Amino acid sequence: MTSNASAAASSVSHFEASYAAAAVQRASEPAWLRGVRARAASAFSRLGFPTTRDEDWRFTNIVPIAEGRFVPAEGGEAAAAEDCDRYLLPGLQGPVIVLVDGRFAPALSRLDGMPAGVEAGTLLEGDRAHRLQRHLTAHAPFDQRSFTSLNTALFPDAAIVEIAPGTIVEEPIQLLFLSSGREGTASFPRALVLAGEASQVRLVESYGSVGDGRAFTNAVTELVAGPGAVVELYRLQRESARAYHIGLTQIQVGRSANVSSHNAALGGLIARHDAVVVLADEGAESALNGVYLADGQALVDNHTEVDHAMPHGTSHELYKGILGGRARAVFNGRIRVRPDAQKTDAKQTNKTLLLSNEAQINTKPQLEIFANDVKCTHGATVGQISSDALFYLRARGIGLAEARRMLVRAFAGEVIGRMKLEPVRDLLDRLIAERLPDGAEEESLA
Amino acid sequence: MLEIRKLHARAGGNEILKGVDLAVGTGEVHAIMGPNGSGKSTLAGVLAGRGDYEVTEGSVTYQGLDLLGLDPEERAREGLFLAFQYPVEIPGVNNAYFLKAALNALRKHRGEPELDTMDFMALVRDRMKVLDIDPSLLNRPVNEGFSGGEKKRNEIFQMAVLEPKLAILDETDSGLDIDALKIVAHGVNSLRRPDRSIIVVTHYQRLLNYIVPDFVHVLSDGRIVRSGGKELALELEERGYGWIEDGEPVGGRA
Repeated sequence: MTSNASAAASSVSHFEASYAAAAVQRASEPAWLRGVRARAASAFSRLGFPTTRDEDWRFTNIVPIAEGRFVPAEGGEAAAAEDCDRYLLPGLQGPVIVLVDGRFAPALSRLDGMPAGVEAGTLLEGDRAHRLQRHLTAHAPFDQRSFTSLNTALFPDAAIVEIAPGTIVEEPIQLLFLSSGREGTASFPRALVLAGEASQVRLVESYGSVGDGRAFTNAVTELVAGPGAVVELYRLQRESARAYHIGLTQIQVGRSANVSSHNAALGGLIARHDAVVVLADEGAESALNGVYLADGQALVDNHTEVDHAMPHGTSHELYKGILGGRARAVFNGRIRVRPDAQKTDAKQTNKTLLLSNEAQINTKPQLEIFANDVKCTHGATVGQISSDALFYLRARGIGLAEARRMLVRAFAGEVIGRMKLEPVRDLLDRLIAERLPDGAEEESLA
Repeated sequence: MLEIRKLHARAGGNEILKGVDLAVGTGEVHAIMGPNGSGKSTLAGVLAGRGDYEVTEGSVTYQGLDLLGLDPEERAREGLFLAFQYPVEIPGVNNAYFLKAALNALRKHRGEPELDTMDFMALVRDRMKVLDIDPSLLNRPVNEGFSGGEKKRNEIFQMAVLEPKLAILDETDSGLDIDALKIVAHGVNSLRRPDRSIIVVTHYQRLLNYIVPDFVHVLSDGRIVRSGGKELALELEERGYGWIEDGEPVGGRA
């Protein structure tokens, strides 16, 4: 334990050195952002990396990240158009912002013909950094979350999307965060989405790897939905099987606004995502949907947190996982209903399908209810492919592998069906069918 | 078509079938009757390849093939069909998609081209009429939320689409009211062909008023203890199974 602690301490100082080295870049940033970064860096020094002694990381051992001696990636010409094509959704004509290792790649992005009322680009362009003080880094709590502090101290640029009040954006906006996947590198993608009052927008955030080296991605996205805004945010994490991915999506939902956050975790050796939704004003509504797929030795951890701060809030949540091989998964769903949040309607469900005997899930609901007139339900199930259903399909002539595939797709279909954007549904259905975790072809699961 | 010899099978450590002998010729309709627990469903399950049973002795030859050496899907592709006593609900799998996948698996095995959606739907519409199937049922998940009658009709509807050589109907009559029973029986009768054999497994004689068998067998304690023509079913209806089990009439149906 002592050696672990000292190793972790040394890797903290390793990133402190990275922070010091980035001073040149920070020199051109506005004072408020430099101040935020300094506070974030000191918070990270204080917090260090979480360990399995922290309740929020009990089942997720990130020693390979803490001791990985990752060096912030330099970026540069690490990705080509073909790499983008692997991860962008087909058929969408809207704006595309590509960041490679957290840095803007203008040649790979598509920012011409921006619809009226939409501003999309990056932090370092123009005067954005000066006018985003109210929101950028203001929502994701860098003084409490270790990885958020690390991202806040080190992100080299950020994708920024601003939707003017009343604007209805027809075409979905894509944000693609590519990791170069170079051995031993770390990247810090960052995004901020501001959806103005009564605006409507759909965003697809994709995370992918160019190479398949041991690389670490530490991502933070902040989304602020103004009053009456309707936002769908899709997060498709498809990094390489050797990647380490830690991400936070921090969502503020305004009065009578409606945010759906859809999260697919399909890649990475260790993949942790925190979705935090704050229903900050009356009548705010949110849907949280997740699908996770892991096999081999992978670990996939989804922590969700819905904070009902005001009355008449609604949150509906469904996360479904498919695990094969020796994969492990963690689901932790926290619902907090504050004393003012009367008439809250909160529902949470987590279902996991185990395709092998060695796969494991730790699932935990965490309800903290401080109001008395609320409706809160939660449920979790863990199961295997039904042998009755499998026999039924086979007895009609459908082969074992195909029968399994049908049943797994059907399982995932319940949550994928809640995602309104058709290209996302098609992609997820195809990826799950193609990449059934190992163990899926085994004869007996009983 | 089918020849079962000295078939012994166990389930959960208990011997259920204790030497079943049965021969079914091409185009024949056989009824297997028997009291609860006699092994009727076990026999149907063993023939279809359900994994819950262990065959300890005996053989089953189907169209010259060693049936017990085949996987369930191989049996289906060779033309064997089991209408389930308890059709399984499969949430999230669309009925039409499922049936198309099944039909195309069979066609592929027979070296026939797979049907596209248009041809498949044309075929399906045609077969649905015979069984009075509500077309909306096609777009629902397999058996999910179906009434008991709908489930049984759906089984026979699948049989109509898949056109088996040997169909085993496992208590297809159970739980059906008389109207539903007639529809199902009418469907089955419409599927009788000189080259198609049918085994009707049932507890009650009632179904056999509508699907008239060529042969009737009585299964008791894991063996076929009596075989005869259709009049044997009437005798059973009148006298119950007791006289076969105990050698004297008790009239009950257990």
